[in-house]
Amino acid sequence: MQSICVEDAVAQIPAGATIAIGGFLAVGTPERLVDELVRQGKSHLTIIANDTARPGTGIGKLITARLVDRVIVSHIGLNPETQQQMMAGTLAVELVPQGTLAERIRAGGYGLGGVLTPTGVGTRVEEGKQRLEVNGRVYLLEVALQADFALIQAFAADYLGNLTYVLTARNFNPLIAMAAKTVIACAKHIVPTGLISPDHVVTPAPIVDYLVTNP
Amino acid sequence: MNAPTLIARRIARELRSGMLVNLGIGIPTLVANYVPERVKVFFQSENGLIGTGAVPEEGMAEPLLTDAGGTPVTALPGASTFDSAVSFGLIRGGHVDLTVLGALQVDQAGHLANWMIPGRMVPGMGGAMDLVCGARRVIVAMLHTAKGEPKIVPALTLPLTALRTVDLVVTELAVIAFPDGRATLLERGPGISLSDIKAATAAELIIPDDVPEMWP
Repeated sequence: MQSICVEDAVAQIPAGATIAIGGFLAVGTPERLVDELVRQGKSHLTIIANDTARPGTGIGKLITARLVDRVIVSHIGLNPETQQQMMAGTLAVELVPQGTLAERIRAGGYGLGGVLTPTGVGTRVEEGKQRLEVNGRVYLLEVALQADFALIQAFAADYLGNLTYVLTARNFNPLIAMAAKTVIACAKHIVPTGLISPDHVVTPAPIVDYLVTNP
Repeated sequence: MNAPTLIARRIARELRSGMLVNLGIGIPTLVANYVPERVKVFFQSENGLIGTGAVPEEGMAEPLLTDAGGTPVTALPGASTFDSAVSFGLIRGGHVDLTVLGALQVDQAGHLANWMIPGRMVPGMGGAMDLVCGARRVIVAMLHTAKGEPKIVPALTLPLTALRTVDLVVTELAVIAFPDGRATLLERGPGISLSDIKAATAAELIIPDDVPEMWP
């Protein structure tokens, strides 16, 4: 793990990158990294996340700045700008059931090719997917998702990069941390190594490539 | 009593102690306000919480503790938090006893449409498809009609949420179940006549001899 300032952390992300971003309606989203993506004008991004938040918060800022070509998310209902850009044809939206999204990301990080889920069978979600019957029950084959970068918001990080989360700000963060080539983490608190008890570490340090130093 | 309150109070009577319950956004959320005395349930928020409590007092909200609609909530003693894979493992794995969801349409067999109106409004399914697939019991909480148009229809015209049918629909006019895949009127709203319900329902409705008034 390497400590890095937010400007340099984002500078290494190329235009057109696929970025997984933690958060659920911006709760648990690394706002500093999102703001820096906007400031540096990183464009043509593919975003993997639970949702596109609301305008002015979290991933909503990337949508407003028109930096995103494609999103893979479960929900866009609270961001009218996502809907407008989708209807106008400037933003591709792949809607994925939330549990399927979590599992596709988990599979991507855990070395699996995909998962079998009953969710979506017989609905529009099934279109173009393989149907498999196992032990008499029908499932969809949902393929794994991986990203070039994962942008994580933790509650605390130690000097090695061990991460822990709080309350409902955990959500997709530990999942995407496993599923990206490069993991960039922000933490509300950076604490000396050893202060996070081993049992409370959720994302182990070797997974984290960069920890954004606090201002 | 306004319609959402009536619906929420009626559904709250379906709660039993020990249940793990997931409430959707809108009218379903109101159910938490009417849990009967002595009934102790666990509410799950799919953003990663079991033990969801009431909205905190003014000035006491913690931004990192919200329900799945982003509203600040409290966590009750005994609450637990987890990531989204665990949260949907609970849902898909059959560990959630009851979910209460909103609907755009329900057909006469109990199929649900609640995630998009093509070309007009596409909020996305969020957790709804997993919830309908995996929860042990599914109750729909909705107004009986939308802009005067029936929402309980012979066949869905909007995209399906899941092949699995819902167990109960509660509106301000009626309580409807789907035994043998056929919409059956169980109760009528306070002061509501059978002809009121028929007029507001497009689906074929089985009406037993005795249809009591609902007790919210």
